[in-house]
Amino acid sequence: MDGNLRDIKISSEQIKGLMRKKFEIPKIETKNLNFYYGRNHVLKNINLICPANKVTAIIGPSGCGKSTFIRLLNRMNDLIPATRLEGQVMIDGEDIYSREIDVVDLRRRVGMVFQKPNPFPKSIFDNVAYGLRINGHKNKAEIAERVEKSLKEAALWDEVKDRLKDNALSLSGGQQQRLCIARALAVEPEIILFDEPCSAIDPIATAKIEELIVRLKENYTVVIVTHNMQQAARVSDYTAFLWLGQLIEFDRTEKIFTNPANKLTEDYITGRFG
Amino acid sequence: MKRILNKFAVSNPVAAEEIRGRGSFNPLPFDLRAIMIINRSQKKKSWRRWKEELIRLFFLFHGLLAIFILMGIFVFLIISSVPAFKEISLKEFLTSKTWDPTSPEKPQYGLVSMIFSTFMVTFGALLIAIPIGLGVAAYLSDVAHWRVREIVKPIVEILAGIPSVAVGFLGIVLFGPIIAKIFNTSSGLNAANGSFLLAIMALPTIISISEDSLNSIPHSYVEASLALGASRWQTLIRVKIPAALSGITASIMLGLGRAIGETMTVLMATGNARNFPHGFLDSIRTLTANIAIELGEVPYHTTHYYALFAIGLVLFIISFVVNLIADILLSKYQQREL
Repeated sequence: MDGNLRDIKISSEQIKGLMRKKFEIPKIETKNLNFYYGRNHVLKNINLICPANKVTAIIGPSGCGKSTFIRLLNRMNDLIPATRLEGQVMIDGEDIYSREIDVVDLRRRVGMVFQKPNPFPKSIFDNVAYGLRINGHKNKAEIAERVEKSLKEAALWDEVKDRLKDNALSLSGGQQQRLCIARALAVEPEIILFDEPCSAIDPIATAKIEELIVRLKENYTVVIVTHNMQQAARVSDYTAFLWLGQLIEFDRTEKIFTNPANKLTEDYITGRFG
Repeated sequence: MKRILNKFAVSNPVAAEEIRGRGSFNPLPFDLRAIMIINRSQKKKSWRRWKEELIRLFFLFHGLLAIFILMGIFVFLIISSVPAFKEISLKEFLTSKTWDPTSPEKPQYGLVSMIFSTFMVTFGALLIAIPIGLGVAAYLSDVAHWRVREIVKPIVEILAGIPSVAVGFLGIVLFGPIIAKIFNTSSGLNAANGSFLLAIMALPTIISISEDSLNSIPHSYVEASLALGASRWQTLIRVKIPAALSGITASIMLGLGRAIGETMTVLMATGNARNFPHGFLDSIRTLTANIAIELGEVPYHTTHYYALFAIGLVLFIISFVVNLIADILLSKYQQREL
């Protein structure tokens, strides 16, 4: 099966062709990306393009490497010992794993929202202001203004404007996750990565966050890893299907969900495995 | 089996018929059986409840024992120190600077110099131990390779087990001469020396517990901070240390407790002068050292003897207050975190 599969996997030329046809500007591009945890080869030769100002969803069964992949885009995997990377991850044509890149600066440009809401045990205001303060903003009025702007952008302002001094952990799970989004937006990144942002959240809060993600693409490039295929179908413009560490298919989301080119993709989205 | 059944059939023909016919029969009516089952489980339950109760009492006993011992020490100290105040006024005891109980003309019992010395040497020790301790803890939890941590941490913890006499010896032969040379004083046995040694003794506690609490904060906080473009230093200062503050405070308070109560080291290294100290280069005598020195030679049941117990009471109260403050601080921080 592995042998057959390789023949029908999408190639980097096909992806480039698709981008050209749809007049998309590549924001993130991986070239022959391989990643290892110790001896475990978790990502195999991934060539993928995430277009600017679009939502790219990454779907696939558990353990296919989706989370590993998205965490490579802001070098969060640097924190894990005994890992190895081959190939390149380009953002705006610049290899983020080259020596000249400042990781701290990269992470400011590439924000991330995690699977479980993880606000700091500080006030709501301080959570959003944190990113500004560490980046050297001192002017209080300016900080307050940008905190408000980010909370509005994350559709949380109306719910918290009277209780900005309250501890962030007193918010509900869905509110906490939107707070984490606001926190990520406050430092004005170019790209926002969502690593299964709704897996720990109830359906109504999920709907709010999905709405938010769709709105975010006006100003940001969004990459979202999700377990939930309906979610991918609802929010994304492009979808990549990963299977056992390989990129099987990448296409416009409508195409993937209505007429997948690959049998494996079809089996997965129709729920035959996964 | 058949024979038993036949015998049974004589006394109870209906039942015997039923057994033969259906192959199974219970001579007891159904509800009786049910009652038996319930009874058995109740018996089991009540035994279990007894066991629970016994275990509860066992632990209650130990909990109470700790309180009783503490209360016992407290009461003993009070009883032993009350007679001292027949001759010494409380005012003199707590406000006079002169401690001279063996003077033939006019014995004086003033604690101020020794209380001040105790706090001075402790304060000096914390001044040294807190930055170094936090630094090492941060290094071990954040910077060091895990292999380094695996080696260094147990070594640091072993340091806590060094006998205080050995540390005091170090003060006499090593720190003393160094201090004397640097500051050009006649002897290196002074408050600074004591502070150094107490810092060394408090460090293992501070390092070990601070490192534990830095390591136990959720990794998600660290990830969130780094993902916002914070450097590791910023993450440490603004996220990890605030989140671990309750543990760090606890470690400092424990170190402080150790420093205040330490006797042998300060006795050996601080010079044992009963003067009121004017700086870290003065020789001093702490409350603990004073008890240790004088209790061996004092005649029993004299005012001097009782006064030494009164010093013990003062020490007891000091460490009680320190612990109380630590507790209050801790609960405050914990509340803020929630």
